[in-house]
Order: sequence, then structure tokens, then C-alpha cells
Amino acid sequence: MISRIYVTPKGLDVRVGLYKKSWNELGLSGKLSRITIIDSYLIEHSLAKADLLRVASALTNPILEGYSIDKLSKTNCDFALEIGFKPGVTDNVAHTVKETIIDLLHIKEEADLVVYTSKVFLISGTISAEDIKKIAFSLHNPLIETSYTFNKKYFQKTANLPLHVPEVVLSKTSPVIRVPLSVSSAELTKIGKEGIMDPQGFRRGPLALDLDSMKTIQEYFTKLGRDPTDVELESLAQTWSEHCKHTIFASEIEDTRDGKIIDSLYKTYIKGATNLIRKKKGAADFCVSVFSDNAGGIAFDDEYLITHKVETHNSPSALDPFGGAITGIVGVNRDTIGFGLGAKPVANTYGFCFGELDDKRKLFRDRELTQPMLPPKRIMEGVIKGINAGGNCSGIPTVSGFIKFDARYRGKPLVFAGTVGLIPRNINGRHSEEKQAQAGDYIVVVGGRVGLDGIHGATFSSVTLDSVSPATAVQIGDPITQKKFSDAIVKEARAMNLYNSITDNGAGGISCSVSEMAKECSGAKVDLEKVPLKYPGLRPWEIWISESQERMTLAVPQKKWEVFNNLMKRRGVEATVIGEFTDSGKCAVSYNGRILMDMDLEFLHNGFPKKRLFTAPYRHTHPNPKMPKGSSRTKILEQLLSKNNIAGFSFISDQYDHEVQASSVLKPLSGPGRINTDAQVFKPVLASSRAVVLSSALYPSYSDINTYAMAAGALDTAVRNAVSAGAKLSHLAILDNFCWCSSYNKKLLAELVDALKACYDIATAYGTPFISGKDSMFNDFQGYGEKGNPVKISIPPTLLISAIGVMPNLQKTISPEFKNAGDLIYLLGETKDELGASEYSKMLGSLGNNVPQVDLKKNLTTYQALENAIEKNLLESSLSVNSGGFAIALAKASLGGMLGAKINFEGNLNIDAKLFSESQGRILVSVSPKNSKKIEKLMRGVICTKLGTVSKDGKVTITSGQNKIVDTNVKKLYKIYHKFSDSMSAKGGSASGGK
Amino acid sequence: MSGYGLNCEEETKFAFEKAGGIADIVHLNDLIASPAMLKDYDILAFPGGFAYGDDTGSGKAYANKFKNHLSKELEEFLARDTLVIGICNGFQIVTSLGILPGALTFNSGGKYLDRWLDLKVEGRSPWLTGIKTISVPIAHGEGRYVIDEEDYRVLKKNKQIAFTYTHGKICKFQNLEANPNGSMHDIAGVLAYNGRVLGLMPHTERAMFAHQSPTWQKNKKMVKSEWGEGILIFKNAINYFLNKKR
Repeated sequence: MISRIYVTPKGLDVRVGLYKKSWNELGLSGKLSRITIIDSYLIEHSLAKADLLRVASALTNPILEGYSIDKLSKTNCDFALEIGFKPGVTDNVAHTVKETIIDLLHIKEEADLVVYTSKVFLISGTISAEDIKKIAFSLHNPLIETSYTFNKKYFQKTANLPLHVPEVVLSKTSPVIRVPLSVSSAELTKIGKEGIMDPQGFRRGPLALDLDSMKTIQEYFTKLGRDPTDVELESLAQTWSEHCKHTIFASEIEDTRDGKIIDSLYKTYIKGATNLIRKKKGAADFCVSVFSDNAGGIAFDDEYLITHKVETHNSPSALDPFGGAITGIVGVNRDTIGFGLGAKPVANTYGFCFGELDDKRKLFRDRELTQPMLPPKRIMEGVIKGINAGGNCSGIPTVSGFIKFDARYRGKPLVFAGTVGLIPRNINGRHSEEKQAQAGDYIVVVGGRVGLDGIHGATFSSVTLDSVSPATAVQIGDPITQKKFSDAIVKEARAMNLYNSITDNGAGGISCSVSEMAKECSGAKVDLEKVPLKYPGLRPWEIWISESQERMTLAVPQKKWEVFNNLMKRRGVEATVIGEFTDSGKCAVSYNGRILMDMDLEFLHNGFPKKRLFTAPYRHTHPNPKMPKGSSRTKILEQLLSKNNIAGFSFISDQYDHEVQASSVLKPLSGPGRINTDAQVFKPVLASSRAVVLSSALYPSYSDINTYAMAAGALDTAVRNAVSAGAKLSHLAILDNFCWCSSYNKKLLAELVDALKACYDIATAYGTPFISGKDSMFNDFQGYGEKGNPVKISIPPTLLISAIGVMPNLQKTISPEFKNAGDLIYLLGETKDELGASEYSKMLGSLGNNVPQVDLKKNLTTYQALENAIEKNLLESSLSVNSGGFAIALAKASLGGMLGAKINFEGNLNIDAKLFSESQGRILVSVSPKNSKKIEKLMRGVICTKLGTVSKDGKVTITSGQNKIVDTNVKKLYKIYHKFSDSMSAKGGSASGGK
Repeated sequence: MSGYGLNCEEETKFAFEKAGGIADIVHLNDLIASPAMLKDYDILAFPGGFAYGDDTGSGKAYANKFKNHLSKELEEFLARDTLVIGICNGFQIVTSLGILPGALTFNSGGKYLDRWLDLKVEGRSPWLTGIKTISVPIAHGEGRYVIDEEDYRVLKKNKQIAFTYTHGKICKFQNLEANPNGSMHDIAGVLAYNGRVLGLMPHTERAMFAHQSPTWQKNKKMVKSEWGEGILIFKNAINYFLNKKR
């Protein structure tokens, strides 16, 4: 039977005020009187009344809440609004409730027990049905959730909400089909583009295989004398996808501008740079595992390795911001758990690029205007919440992050998520970065079960009360399921030597993880019917490529399986044997004894036809901005500081736990004025004083002038940020994340080549190797405007560089804000007239062309001198000069320390360039007067300009020649800097409390 | 204790060890399998984390499971001269177990919040010997302490309020409000069983090193010790037993 348990808060419910506030903003101000928020647990069961009461009581904290069964506790309201999940969507709370019931009543797990959770809002006021619609829209994402509205009449009669069950029911379809490939080129193209035709006459969704690839596949199967099954074709599509094989980075490119042939962008510029650096470093090489595993690994000390990986989750976050972001972060956590024999996640990083928050354009994905795009603000709120839930729940500190805005991220936001891992260098006498599945090992999957999550737009025929949207489009993360197996593997099974290899299930699900691991021993054989499912009725190809979250694949020796499985059971983790690794040279898949896939690994991994791509010359020029008149720039500086690309974002830093694991050294917010730091420091080993430095940088707007400058700026800044906080160039590595658009466009390809050249030049000059990277090449939106007009929005070519370094002594960490009145202020590095594409020029409305160039030789000398000064404890503060230039850096150092600064900036440069030029290679430092002689001596050969002093009075002034060009004070700057963040947190955002 | 999403067990263990104790991390299921092992220990610590992802309310599901299997053993443990601490999610669990008064619910700001703050010691407890004020961080979404007026009067009279949030050096340094989550009567931690059971929202283990404090960079040259204020709580617990043995 079906029962509903309602849990209703007693006393003050703080969420009510927050919801009221956000609903008032929907234009309902003054209309709402009373709101009650009730948790509903819809349970399908065969329990006795007394047991049901025990369950209800266990779900209730008597001090805070009361319960009722099949009867709403309050009915004196005008509307009831219920928000619940769509069929098949992961319902984490329901899992917990089910576990609680099973444990409480000591019933068998297989027992006939299903739980669905929802939130019920009882709302009173002078509101119309139309108003309720608005509220409902603000509360749920129709892709994954459903809302039901009930009026007064309905529930005053029944005092209960309907007992409907959002169950997944799949229609029966033929499990496996063969796909005839002896067809025309046109048909091959169609299969590649739109997918395999189901017997019902529907295409299953894109395989993203072009004609060349389809012909190669046709040839292979012609030789075998048979047609491929759908499982084989889907599997090839996954393995050969841009996502997995990085086809553009691997392609041959003819640069038509100089006629040169680039063998592969990746091999030439990224791996090429790393190889050269490692060779030069010789014995001092700290790279241990680069480009070969799920994350890059470098030495931390003699005992440990530290790993890093940064992923993007852009498209999923555009559709379901919360789900996209949470699966992004827990997904990259798995890359860490899947490094070597399994590293422990010790820090998370994030990076967000959103459209402008005041962008009110209505955009749709379809011509019929039925699939609206979420506005940037909604995407931002959901994404922030997703990283919050993923990181906080997993007990991994979110140490480092940034947020950027540009109108062109309106169509596709960029959501970067990174994880740093820690692993002992030797485990049971083995090098921990090496793993090797052995023929005969069981293929074991641990973690979540498989549903239709994340299957490429497959049509999902579910017959339920009122569900029409595919549950397949998005995935919801379950950080606790993952936390359980992460702990069980990394903290227990690894030390017990219970498995030979491990990798995560990400894109392509087990089809990719198994065939990837099969390379280690040269073969695998899988019985798909053994894979545990969320609900019955999945077809074999769906099981094979489903991207259901929170799963790892391991190679467990047969004789260790029992011990392994017992351990997992004791830790509440489901582990299942789904097949065996072999040495047959083949990847073989069967379903209930019927062979569905029998393909050579060699073809699966290396059969992909190599492409040759071509570039075309490009050139961007922009009018120069008109500089303001007069000699005061005070107002302009204040205006620039308030821009959300420059202002503080403590509303994000504050809600991410950055101190769990007790490792925090330099936090995301620093000083009395709580400025966001450009680099963060933490110590991953409690008993060691060694520390890890993280930083990142990107300058997407520089791409409007030149992608070489864009990439060079990102590398230089990421390195400088790290060194400014105390990192050593000799132990600093970098990661690349390319997010491009329209990548087959020849001009954009030329821009890509230029960005990669910069990567090579700067990395090799600084000796900072790339250790891991990722690319996302098609960040374009093609949809429709309000009137059905086609709209294309492409992101600006964006390269995120993340840096990770190791410091021998955390005591050398140095924060960016001024510390003491009377300290001397110096600017290291040279300021040039380089306002092109700067935040300042953007504010003035025209980009200009003199984009900052990186002077490798000078900057390197500066950074080495800076390192030296930090090592000798000569600095009181150190802040890397980034977006917004010197004036913004000065404002941040001042308000960070809540101290004034008196500056005199001499020289012939115009005042706008002095203040706002974004010339690379500069650091703003403060020095105690007693150390001034020492620092000046140490900085010989470096451009080091004494500009003024830190002052107690809080006044921030800058003079140039006879003119006072800036005259403001630190309290004012503090307010301006935090205004953006204050406005975001005042909204209350979500009222979801803990999560 | 560990398991089901608790996540501060390693640093909490480290803090007890640096304070002079010997600590083991025990998974809830292992304790359920061998409940007698509780007899071997003097201190039971429920560390911070996100047990069961806070589903159905923070601390609830973990406490349900604990109660369901270990009620008798917990009673026996408390009948001895032992100490119990619940930190953050551990505090939420311990109140749900019913061995500390009151309950914890959503922060008044509605959001998860990680920041430093100041505590004033109010109550009497072996955990608090010699401490008057202490600066530590919080990181929680459900930290608003709720208690009815009658129970509050009893708490106050019996010196069972361990800590209140106060406007001390951190709040002055970063210009922050004292009570970050709207807790009733500014209560940050409470006591029971003669002060032997302590529950608190702030994370003392995240203040065990001097460099963890936001004021560290400013006072770097003055700070001589590696250790921060948070370690005192752990030292007090270990010393309670060492002194007894003397």
C-alpha cells in the first residue's frame, strides 16, 4: 500500500522568510501572508500501522518537527504546491529514508519498499493561480522535477495529497539490433549524425561520427563479414568521441599561414613542452605521472605524490545548473580516486564563466520555442549550489576558485571543476602511480546503480502519470554514495592490496572504463546482465554506455574478491562482478549469453582515422577607447572596482567549506578586509610542514585581439599568482583547459594554434611543465530568439591555466594585503601602455589593440628575485597585479589590510596606463622600512619602483607629477569591493540550508 | 566514529594524538559488529561531516542507526567516568541521540557558512578547564541552536552551556557579527552528564595549528608556537584521564 508521511516544522522556520523574500521579487510583494514548508515521504510498503508510526517518528526531530500520516497537519491555506522528482531521477533523500527504514525495522533489503520524497509548500495570501505558477517555476527545473498545484478546495476535502508514485516504466523493445552498414554514404552520414534507427523508427541520437569514421567502421566490419551490433557502434562512438580522443588536438594541422604541418597540437606544444622541461631538469624533474592517467601526478616529498586534474562540465550545467555542477565536481573527484592505485581527494577547485547577470534576452533551444534557456542568474545560482553540495558533502575543502562574466557565456556557461589528490609513492612495495589489470581478474563495478542517466538524448519511453521529459538528459550527483566508496577504497582496500587496477566511470560509462583498462592486459569480457540497475527494462546498449554517476571500475584478483566484497558490504558500498579481464586482444560483451560485441581492442582504440585540418589567417582590430578628460581617476577607479569581474565574491567563498581536513594555510579570503586571494595554500599531510600552492588565471577578452596574448597572459598570471604567495618556480606545474568554439572554422583553428604556441613558449621559458589538460571544443549555442529568429552565440576562445606548486615550508606563505602602517610599497616589474582588452578599456566601451605582451626574460628574473625575497622573509605582503592593473591591485592590498596608501607614481606614461594597464610580470609588495636596503639590493637587475608608504589614516591617494589622480579612502573601497557579493548574499539565493 | 559521510575523523584523531592520547577511527558498522570494543576506550568522539548527506535533517539518520543498535552500550559507556564530544555534524548526531539537550536547524541566513568566530566559555566541564575565550572556525548549514525557555533556564542554572558566540578578537579583526547562525541565546555548544558530554558547532580541530587562524599572517612574527587555541580542548580531555591516574 501507499502512505504519505508529512514532517512539519514547529516554531520558527528560517527558510520561510528567505522564500518569501525571493518570491516577493517575482512581483508578489505584499501578497503573501503565510508559508509552511513540509517534507513529504511517499512510501510504497507492506508495513503494519505500528511500524509506520515508528518510521514517522524516526524521521522527526521532536524538538523541531511534528509528523502526520496521510493527513496534512495544516490545511488552512490557499494553495499547496508540491515539488518532487521526475521518474528515474536520483532521489538521494529517498535512499537514506529507505536505509533508515530497513535498519530500524530489521527488514530484508529486497523487501517491497519504495520511497519518494517531495517538498510541499502551503501558501496563504491574496494570490492568484498565475502567481502560484510563477512561484512553481522559481522552485523547480522541469527537466528533472515536477510541480503540482492544489487549491484550497482539493485538500480541505481530503486533507491529503494524492498518493501517486513516480515510477519508471519502460516499454519493451528489442534488446539488440544489427546496423546494416552496406548503405550509401548519405545514409552513413545520417547514422553518424542522428544515430541508429530504432525498430520503432526513431533515431537514437547523435553518434557524432563523421563520414570518414563511418567508412572506416564500414571497412572493418566488411572484413569481418558481418554488420555491427548497436552495442558495437555505440561503443565506437563513445571511444572515438571528441571528448575521449581529443580529435582536434590529435589531428594533423596544416597552418596555411606559414605552410607548416603540425603533427598534433597536443604532442607538439603541450607534451612537447613537458618533455623538453623534464629533460632540462634532469635529476630535479618532479613529474611522476603525466598525461597517462586520469590526473597528472608530481612529487610532493619523498613519501607522497600530489595529483591535479581540472575538468569542464559546460553543457550539462547549461541545462541543469545544479546537477551539471555537482556531477562536475564529484566527477573530477573520481578522476583523483582513479589515479594510479587511488589517490585521496584533498582539495577542490572551481571556476565559473557566466553570461552577464542583467541579460534578460529570452532564448530557446528549439524553433517551436518550447525549450527555454535558463537566464544567467539562474544558471549561476544553480551552479554555485551544485559545487557547494558536491564539495561540502564530500569533506573535501574547496580551496581555490574564480568567477568571470561575459555576455558571450550566455549560450554556454563554462563550469570548471578540479581536484587535487594525495597518494603515498609506494604502496605494498609497488609504485602507486602504476596499475595493471591482469588477465583473469574480475571486472568489478562499485558504487551507484545504472539507469538511463546521461545517455545521448535517447528517447525515453516511460509511461507514468504525467512525465514526458527524458530523465536521460541530466544526472544528479550523490556525493555520499561516492564518499562511502572513496573512503573504503582509498583508506582501506588500497592498503590491503585488494585490486590491481582502478579507473573511474565518466563519459561513456563502463564502455569506456572497461575498454580503457582492457589495454593493460589486452582484453576484457563483460556480461551486461550482471550490471546492477536502478530499474528494470534497460536495453544492453544503454547499460553499456550509461553515464550514471558514482561508479568506479576495478580489476580484482579472483582470490581476493571475497575479502574485497566483504569490506565493501561493511562500508555500505555495493560491489558487483560484471566480467573478467582477458588477454584475448578483444573487448567482448554479452547479454544473457548472447554475444553483442566482439571487437579488436586495437581497432577500438587506434582504428580512428587521422584527420588533417587547415587554418586560415585572421586579424582583429578595434578602435582605441576614448580616454577620460581631466586628471582625476578616483571615480573611475571606484567604478572599475565595483565591476563583477573584479569585485570580491565572498558570497561564494563563504559557503564553500575550505577548512575541512584541517589543511588551510592561505584561505580564499584574506585579511581584515577579506579580499579574495589569487593563490591559496594548504598542507595536505597533517604531520608535515610542506604545503601546496594553487592558483589559476584566464583572460578570455584578450582573445578579441589575439589568442597568443590571451594564452600567454593566462600562463604568466597563473605562475605569478603562485610565486607571489610563496611557490617556487622549481617545483611548479601547470594544467591547461581549452574551451573553444566552432573549432572546425579555419580562423578559429589558427587562433587555437597561436594559443598553443604561447603555451609552449611560456611553459618552457619558466620551466613549468604541463601535467594534465582537457579540452572542450564546441562551446557554441545554436538556438532561437523570442520571435523564432535563429541565434548563434559562441564563447570567446578561453584558456584556463591552473598552477600547482609545492612549498617546503608553509611558514613562508605570504598573503596579499598590507599589514602595517609605515611599510614601504614597491611595484616589481614594468608598467607599459598595454590597455588593449583590459577591464578598463572594456568599461570605456572599446578594446583598443595594445594587448599585454609577456616579456619572458624580464619576468623570469623578477619572479626569481621575488622568490628570493620571500625566502629571506623580506616582504610583509605580496599581491600579483592582474585584471584592472596597478590601481585595482593597490585598492585590494589597502582594503584587504584596512590600511591607507600614499603613492607617487612618476614617469612619462599616461595616467590611464599607469593606473589600469594590465602589463604582465608585476607584483605589488610591501616591505618593513628596516628591510628596504636589503630589498633594494636584492632587486638589482629587476625593475623595482618604490612608490610610497602604507598609512594608518586609511586614505588612498595616488599622485602623478603635480596631479592627485586618485583620492579616496579604504572604508569606501571596502564597501565598493564587497557590494556585488553583498547584493548576491542578501538575496538569500536558495533557502536550502545545509545543502 | 566514522562512516556514512562523516569526514573530519582523520584530523580529529590527529588532534587527540598530538594532545597525548591514542586514538582509533572506528566505522559505525564495525562498532555495531563488535559493540564490546567501546569498553576499551575512555573518550568517544563524533567528528564533523555530512552523515547521510544531511538527508531528512542533519544528524538524524546516523543517530537513528546508532540508537537502533548501540543504545545499551552507549548507556554503559556514559555510566563510566568517560568523555564524549560531538563536533559540528557530531553535535547534530549527539543531540539527535538524545544525550544533549536542544536541537540544531537551518542557519538564519539560510546558507552554509564557513568563517572564523569567537567563543566565550560559560559552563563547567573537564573539556573546558582553564579556557575563557577561544577563536575557532565554523562550517555548517544547520547550526542554529534551538531550545525551549524552560530547558534553557535549567541549562543555565546547571552551567550546561559550554560556549556562547561572542564579539571577540576575530569578529573585531574582520568586522563580523558574533552569532553567525541565529542560535538562541547565542549558544554554540552545550554540556550534559556533569560536563562530560560536550557538543559544539565550531571545529576546534581546525584551529589546532597557529597558521590556521586568519590573524596568523598579521601576527606571523609574534607567533612562536606551532599550535593554535583549538588544541587546548583535546589536551584537556587527555589530561582529565592523566590527572586521574596520578
